Amino acid sequence: MDGASKEVPPRADLLVVNELSVYHGQLCAVDNVSLRVGEGEVLAIIGANGAGKSTLLFTIAGLHRQKTGTISYRGDDISRLVAHRRVRRGISLVPEGRRLFNSLSLEENLKVGSHKAAEGPFDIASIYALFPWMVDRRHQKVLLLSGGEQQAVAIGRALVANPKVLLLDEVSLGLAPIVIERLYEVIPDIVRQGIGVLLVEQDVAQGLRVATRVHCLLEGKTSLVGTPAELTSVEIEHAYFGSDLHDTPSASETS
Amino acid sequence: MSDATPTLPLARGGVSVERSSFSPIYTLVGTLIIAVFFTAAPWILPASWVSILSNFFILVIMATMWNLLAGYAGMVSIGQQGFVGLGAYAMLYFAIKGMNPFVAIPFAIVTCAILAYPITYLLFRLRGGYFAVATWVVADSAMLIILSIALLGGGTGRYLPGLSNLSPSQLNHYTYLATWVVAFVVVVATYFILRSRLGLVLSSMRDNETAARSAGAKVTSTRRLIYVIAAAGCGAAGAVLAISQPFVQPGNAFNLNWAAEMLFVSMIGGLGTIEGPILGCVIYFVLQQSLQNYGAWYLIIFGTVAVIIAIWQPRGLWGAIRDRFHFELLPVGYRVRDKVRVKKVKKQKRSETPPASVVTTSE
Amino acid sequence: MIWVNVVVQGLLVGGFYALFACGLSLMFGVMKVINLAHGDMAVVAAYAAVFLAPKLHVAEVWAFIVIVPLFALVGYLLQRTLLQKAIDRDPFTTLLVTFGLSVVIENLLLEIYSGNGQSVNIGALIAKSWQVNSIIYVSYVSLVVLGAAVVVLGALQLFLSRTSTGRLIRAVSDDREAAQLCGANYKHIFGVAAAIAFATVALAGIAYGIHTEFFPTSGGGNLLYAFEAVVIGGIGSLWGTLIGGVALGIAQEFGAHFNPAYQYLAGNILFLVVLAIRPQGLFGRKGSLNE
Repeated sequence: MDGASKEVPPRADLLVVNELSVYHGQLCAVDNVSLRVGEGEVLAIIGANGAGKSTLLFTIAGLHRQKTGTISYRGDDISRLVAHRRVRRGISLVPEGRRLFNSLSLEENLKVGSHKAAEGPFDIASIYALFPWMVDRRHQKVLLLSGGEQQAVAIGRALVANPKVLLLDEVSLGLAPIVIERLYEVIPDIVRQGIGVLLVEQDVAQGLRVATRVHCLLEGKTSLVGTPAELTSVEIEHAYFGSDLHDTPSASETS
Repeated sequence: MSDATPTLPLARGGVSVERSSFSPIYTLVGTLIIAVFFTAAPWILPASWVSILSNFFILVIMATMWNLLAGYAGMVSIGQQGFVGLGAYAMLYFAIKGMNPFVAIPFAIVTCAILAYPITYLLFRLRGGYFAVATWVVADSAMLIILSIALLGGGTGRYLPGLSNLSPSQLNHYTYLATWVVAFVVVVATYFILRSRLGLVLSSMRDNETAARSAGAKVTSTRRLIYVIAAAGCGAAGAVLAISQPFVQPGNAFNLNWAAEMLFVSMIGGLGTIEGPILGCVIYFVLQQSLQNYGAWYLIIFGTVAVIIAIWQPRGLWGAIRDRFHFELLPVGYRVRDKVRVKKVKKQKRSETPPASVVTTSE
Repeated sequence: MIWVNVVVQGLLVGGFYALFACGLSLMFGVMKVINLAHGDMAVVAAYAAVFLAPKLHVAEVWAFIVIVPLFALVGYLLQRTLLQKAIDRDPFTTLLVTFGLSVVIENLLLEIYSGNGQSVNIGALIAKSWQVNSIIYVSYVSLVVLGAAVVVLGALQLFLSRTSTGRLIRAVSDDREAAQLCGANYKHIFGVAAAIAFATVALAGIAYGIHTEFFPTSGGGNLLYAFEAVVIGGIGSLWGTLIGGVALGIAQEFGAHFNPAYQYLAGNILFLVVLAIRPQGLFGRKGSLNE
């Protein structure tokens, strides 16, 4: 079951993950997960804390080694490719918690992001066009920016490398709803360029709103795949929380 | 959740929690045999061997203490030679004041412990490499202070008084016995410390300090205790060193080479085990004796081997033996023996790289 | 007036300590590595100046032109091979490895060049000094070294803040994984940092060799003073390292003034005092010692 659906026309696959299993020591964090992201698509991975979403993204980016399974990018097997080379190929990750370079200024952060940039529509000027407030603040140390502003810089830093696949990890974490909305507003601009987006979200509603397809993880395993249109909220809740809760009265029953 | 205390699946048949891979009777008998042999050594072995053994035991004391500090408590120190020196000079001081040097040994030990305690309050502000270099600064300062005390011989040094009524062979014997007894006591004491609750706390601290703290372990005071013990132990080594080389001088007592030796010996023998440093000392002495006429080459070789081992076989020689044969002379951990799974686990262990260990928790 | 001279001499020595310390500071800032062989590398450079120069048919004082780039290369290679492997394991291993390296180097020097003292010969220049008044005199060599320290630190600061590679070095120091996510090969960046550190320490070593008679074991003391300078000035601040070096130098001169035997002890005491009341150093960030 890999999520191909009648409602979405098939796109050229940019990223194919096949039967990936990732361990932290002896703990299985990702269990036999397969997915694909095509050009201009947004695949939202949803799931509770500890479901394995961040580990999955880290592994796709190359910062963590999988135990079994493969990762292909535009037809090439990159499973054993080291992280910084995956960036140069065209996979960029915006990590959870932003992870900006705190002793660098806003513009310096973007410059680092662009130092191995591929050819493409995004450069520092275009990031400033996306987020005009940055221009006046570009020499400020990023530590002084607000959470939402830092998140924007993190996204910009990944975009200036001109990726073909953008991985977004928990972009909304710790941010106010209105800020989250502003950030998500740039996704259509990104997707319009043919970039495939793989985003991880705890906020299910937000994830569903932008997604072309949805992939739910529960305790490392794929629990549900589909498009937002064809999935019901009950199905999603079951997949998110797990529908075999014996002891407590069924928390997944909704009105 | 309704389950209060989940039943341990381990309680089912074929599984037990044990201390070691073979009966403690063997360990006890073995220890007795060794004890008798080494006590009788001055009468069995030629005199030159006896002095070599004295030096061997001094290194064993230092290595065991360094291993306790670094291998078990995770504090890398390159300043233990400071306590070796302080122990030697405390011994010198008490001897000058009229005490019999052999009687002065415990006094020197206590002096070092007392001096070490307040130092921890400074040193513990640092971690890792900074802690290590700071220990060196402390050792260096101790040496500089001693250098300025004329009574203790200043830069030139002086002879340890109180030994002149002994004949050379008597001196040789008594010195040997002093080093042997101290080494034996230190190793046995370390063994019991690590088997005790303190040892358990140390293991937990080393694995995950935050978790250990939240489980109630008093991490800082434990560290302090271990540092003081290690200082006292090195002081003991210094005290018997002063007896064995009765001309006490700062360049020797505070020599950084002690730090190098205890470090290399522990690394090559195996950090985090009691047997390891002892094995390392054996190898070291064999190498030193064979390369006697080649100056400092034994140290160069030893150092190079230590560096190689640190990177490629960090558990050292004894660690490798232990992993391969599940064999421990002085076990300080616990083993879970699941007779059914033992075979499967043995296979798994061979392919795992350290420090993961399914069966033993004795790191 | 005497005290002014003490301060002046301390300043001059301080420049020298700062040159020593900046490599140590860089390696710790970027790779979180305390290179216990740092002092010994300086001594190796001094030996190289004395023994390599004749082979190159240059006067010893010009040997640094060859030695500094050579050391940069050695530093890069050592970092990419041995040190990286140690770093991949854990900080513990790195400490043990650099310490082992230090002991091996010292004993190799002892075996090859014997325990006799050596000096880098710069002819008559060594004795020349500028007599300010009856009490204060400034040795030319020390002045040049101080100048060199300021230039090197300034150049390093500019390199880090203005160039692309410098920016990458700062980024890798901040967050190694995030730098990888930006396409940076952190191992290469580590190598560059090590190369810079080794180049500066080579310069410091040659300066040391000019100034003082050196022995195979001289590295240890220099590591200690470099380390003290870094901690006093504050980890993570290059100018702090300069100030730390000067403070250390002044403290030592003060101590020496009372009693020559107290010279280095005074420095140690300053170090321990800073540790006690302001562990992050004069210009360091709080908590930066808990690595």
